[in-house]
Amino acid sequence: MRMSSFFYTLGQGFKNLGRNRWYTLASIATISACLFLFGIFYSLVSNFQHVVKTAEEGVSVTVFFNEGTSEEVMLAAKSLIEKRPEVSKVVYISAEEAWESFKTDYLGEYADGFTENPLEDMGNLQIYLSDVSMQPALVTYLESINDIRTVNRSEVTASMLSGINSLVAYVSMGIIGILLLVSIFLISNTVTIGIAVRRQEIEIMKYIGATDFFVRAPFVIEGILIGLFGSVIPLVIIYVIYNKASFYLAERFSMLNSILDILPVNTIFEALLPISILIGVGIGFMGSVTTVRKHLHV
Amino acid sequence: MEKVRRKRVARPVGEDDIITLENVTKSYSTGAPALNGVTLHIKKGEFVFIVGDSGSGKSTLIKLLLRELVPSDGKITVMGQDLGRMRHRNIPKFRRKLGIVFQDFRLLMDRNVYENVAFAQRIIQKSSREIRKNVPSVLATVGLAGKYKSKIKALSGGEQQRVAIARAMVNKPEILLADEPTGNLDPNNSWDIMKLMEQINANGTTVIIVTHNREIVNAMHKRVITMKKGVVIYDEEEGEYHDEDE
Repeated sequence: MRMSSFFYTLGQGFKNLGRNRWYTLASIATISACLFLFGIFYSLVSNFQHVVKTAEEGVSVTVFFNEGTSEEVMLAAKSLIEKRPEVSKVVYISAEEAWESFKTDYLGEYADGFTENPLEDMGNLQIYLSDVSMQPALVTYLESINDIRTVNRSEVTASMLSGINSLVAYVSMGIIGILLLVSIFLISNTVTIGIAVRRQEIEIMKYIGATDFFVRAPFVIEGILIGLFGSVIPLVIIYVIYNKASFYLAERFSMLNSILDILPVNTIFEALLPISILIGVGIGFMGSVTTVRKHLHV
Repeated sequence: MEKVRRKRVARPVGEDDIITLENVTKSYSTGAPALNGVTLHIKKGEFVFIVGDSGSGKSTLIKLLLRELVPSDGKITVMGQDLGRMRHRNIPKFRRKLGIVFQDFRLLMDRNVYENVAFAQRIIQKSSREIRKNVPSVLATVGLAGKYKSKIKALSGGEQQRVAIARAMVNKPEILLADEPTGNLDPNNSWDIMKLMEQINANGTTVIIVTHNREIVNAMHKRVITMKKGVVIYDEEEGEYHDEDE
């Protein structure tokens, strides 16, 4: 295609936006609304998952060994456990370290009365998981190791976090799916109206000898532009709102900072920006191509 | 089938035929065929009127020549190409060698005279330089040299039809098809348009005009093909307009 033809086609795509400006605005507004909701949802889900992840990292399984188990055996078990995919970290606490920690935390000066280590058999491994939903499988495995006496775990926390995580993922996927279908329908409607308005022009183009591509391209460009504008507008709004909201929350609820660790806007936008533009342009492209194929027999 | 009355039944088939129809029939799903066993030969550079009442098959003939329709039976060859076998992707290239003019002009009302004519060049992807050269030239030929920037709504019916002719001619077609080009015009403008058509024909373009204008057909002494109920009932050199009852 010649450069002049390329720019003409591109120009026609832009002009189409102006020719059906009310439908264009309605389509852009709806896609913007959908992608705005998507962006808000994405920001919330990302932050929630971040909080869950932080909480998950704090959930550990502790294993105690049989009486008289040597440190070598415990360290060998540690190496084995570390190799499992769901395990992110294993910390070995020797009997001495356990006693020292207990003395500091609970006994203070009263500890001086003890001449021997009463926690002689309390050497243990603290196991942190990368995926908390795998906790039951890990526990089954740990219980099968001969030298292990007890496995302590917080089953309620693990299953609750895992459950909330899945629920949020499924609900968000469902809502986003519905919003995308609505957007495709709206773009399709706008392009259909555009084709109807330009029926005579298309007919003349066909009689004069325009190729199928040349007739169809401006409508596809129109759809892509609607999708692009429809994605950029909510991104700008979300950027501003997110920034203000995160500053406000950090200042107002500073005591919750350890739990409520809000992700910085740039981290959110690293993924949200390309995803939103891809979705916007993608639904614009799909909506217009399917409509043009259906209604524009050239 | 109705008996075909031709003053010249068999026109000589020559190598210089630009359009040939061999026993062409076009049927739609219901009713009688729109064209029924039509055989025609039109030579390169001819000026031909096609006349006939509504339902005679004129519009179907034009659509077949534009490859908007394909024949149910028979063979149509235009500029050496068998339209029945033409692939869909080759249709645009074929149509670039045809110019088409309609009764209702079919101009783009939101654009000016220059843009309407340039449109025909843009969509076949001519360069901007070619467009700047060709459009003024063809506008001068049709007598609209001073009206490049005029809005279509500001033009008379005759001028609008001139713009439509300029648009049809700017891509230098070999054949100009005009479907009732004077149907919406007063007698003076009609004659001006016909003179323009003669001028175009004199420059080598084959001109085929579908019309109901008896006065013009009888005055111009050109080849006249008369159709009735899907068949050619007259095909005369320097012919005249025949009534349905004749």
